[in-house]
Amino acid sequence: MSGPEGLGKLLEGRRICICVGAGGVGKTTTAAAIGLELACGGQKVAVVTIDPARRLAGALGLDQLDNEPRLVDPDRLGVGGVECRGELWAMMLDPKRTFDELIGRLAPDERAREEVLSNRIYRELSSAVAGSQEFTAIAKLYELDREGGYDAIVLDTPPSRNALDFIQAPAHLTQFFEGRALRALLAPTSLASRVVGRGTGLMFGVLRRLTGVDLLGEIGGFFQSLSGMLEGFGERAAGVAELLRDPATAVVLVSSAERQPIDEAIAFARELDRAGMRLTGVVVNRMHVDLDQRSDPDEVESALAGELGERLAGRVADNLRDFQALAGRDRLEAQRLERELGDPPIVYVPHLAGDVHDVASLGRVAGYLFGAVPGARG
Amino acid sequence: MAPNRRLDRMLDRRLLFVTGKGGVGRTTVAAVLGLVAAGRGLRTIVAAVGGRDELPRLLGPDEGRPGRTGDGDPAGERDLGSGLFSIAIDPQQAMEEYLRDQLRVGALADMLSSSRTFGYLAAATPGLRELLTVGKVWELAQPERRAAGGDPYDLVIVDAPATGYAISLMAAPRTFAALARRGPISRHAATIHETLVDPRMTGVVGVTTAAEPAVNEILETGGRLERELGIGLDGVIVNALRPSRFARRDRARLRAALAGDPTPAVRQALILALAADDEVRVERAQLRRVTEGVTDRPFELPLIRAEELGREALIGVGKLLEEAE
Repeated sequence: MSGPEGLGKLLEGRRICICVGAGGVGKTTTAAAIGLELACGGQKVAVVTIDPARRLAGALGLDQLDNEPRLVDPDRLGVGGVECRGELWAMMLDPKRTFDELIGRLAPDERAREEVLSNRIYRELSSAVAGSQEFTAIAKLYELDREGGYDAIVLDTPPSRNALDFIQAPAHLTQFFEGRALRALLAPTSLASRVVGRGTGLMFGVLRRLTGVDLLGEIGGFFQSLSGMLEGFGERAAGVAELLRDPATAVVLVSSAERQPIDEAIAFARELDRAGMRLTGVVVNRMHVDLDQRSDPDEVESALAGELGERLAGRVADNLRDFQALAGRDRLEAQRLERELGDPPIVYVPHLAGDVHDVASLGRVAGYLFGAVPGARG
Repeated sequence: MAPNRRLDRMLDRRLLFVTGKGGVGRTTVAAVLGLVAAGRGLRTIVAAVGGRDELPRLLGPDEGRPGRTGDGDPAGERDLGSGLFSIAIDPQQAMEEYLRDQLRVGALADMLSSSRTFGYLAAATPGLRELLTVGKVWELAQPERRAAGGDPYDLVIVDAPATGYAISLMAAPRTFAALARRGPISRHAATIHETLVDPRMTGVVGVTTAAEPAVNEILETGGRLERELGIGLDGVIVNALRPSRFARRDRARLRAALAGDPTPAVRQALILALAADDEVRVERAQLRRVTEGVTDRPFELPLIRAEELGREALIGVGKLLEEAE
């Protein structure tokens, strides 16, 4: 499965690498390690992260939410005498600012922009709802790809239990803008029923009864204020959908080796498949790799008893037993993942003691991902 | 049973939100709390938000094989026995129920539910899914159920999504109440909001592992709940702690043994022991951050392996909560 090249071969010629997966599986670390490796290979790379651990963010010099990537100080990247030939740019996405900025880009004029930004529905809800992080992350990706001048962009997506949340974010908007609902809302009420048919007119009547006039008015105002941007939104959504299916876009599914994340990874892969997206590869993080599967904890215990005493030797042996159980479990889970997924190549990263919180440990992860260090196998 | 005031207070609610970063074991902790509550004679339902209903599988390894999606009616309330129930909240279903409840005329409700235009409008209106989801959670917690044929629950445990979104979910009713100003939605949303910010009715439990990002998130949650809703965290559960096997002075002895000339097997065992101890030290430091950052001492739960999960194991974990103090 995972060849000696690991991700290297899989990412060759790709302009975009999207890391997807459930929360808590090391997605941000994986994205950052991929970015680091590509940058060290000489490319100009942007890594867009959603919610990195503080110390990892600190290691990359990211100290605040932002809507533009910043150049990571090259001095931070030269680890162990390895020269980093390219440039690593990184950002922690600020969904609200990115959303505002997107409105600014799509609004035909200043007045239209202000109207949206000051709408109460937009202000109160746009960045708080499910899918808004996904939407802004994708919008940012699209923009950086078109205008950023990067050789490669690595996107760390928001954690989600549902792969479709992320893929469908642009599609939801397009659907709506193509639908009749908007036209009905935008048309004067008397006209609405004629334009969109009696059923819809009746529907708005019922809806008004339910929501009260104010809320329906607010919602109408929200969509009205967006009306000048429909075309822009539609084009952008179509462009994003195209970008997601572009052969130069890689989709890497990230998981850890425990049962539930593996379950979620399998479900994720199926959803992607149904949505017509191909997985480029799978990364399984934190594999417990037993280098000497035959070692016997009892023998270890008696071998150490003289030197360490029975109590301490017993604990060393208990720790070994736990580790062997974990390694056995991880092996089974990895085998299950391989069986269920079939095709896509899987790259394994061993469990590393402590957090990955500095560039040196990111480099170690990259070593496993790209096959410079013999990878762990299931 | 030793009286455990922290736990009593947590469960003495109608609604309990369980939140925390992805991957920390929210669903497992929600299941454990559900079993503890049901064991105390409370008719309890665990409601999954934004995902599948994982409880049947967590409780009984034979009820669903790994990788298979949950079967049965996803929107239905499932009886898991001994007073415990589970449900996955489906916003679409919640909307249909809500429309029926509000409009009273089935034909009108059906007309709206089946209208594509309405569907698009509902999908595109920011916050509506959140409002409907939290509305359904609230409905489950009503002493007299509004859903046809529903029996009341003493406690609704919400397996809420990751923290930021959980707070948005809890804030949705207030936002809608303010936006709508008057009319049925405004009144309804205001009622839900009052329940959510009433500490006698609603509590929030944070779950974290002893890893830095998860701890950051839970510490921030307390502040955000306070700022955005004027409520606090009722408790924090630190999950999946590794066993602490080695004392500080053991390390030098382990290193000395490693410096000798051990066999490969012994060598690996010693390296693993030192590595495990490193991790435990990192975890203890993070646990201290949690303890210093919250008012009440957090609950600590050990790492349990997925293959050991099941009703009995989770009841055992529940006992640890009962005995903590």
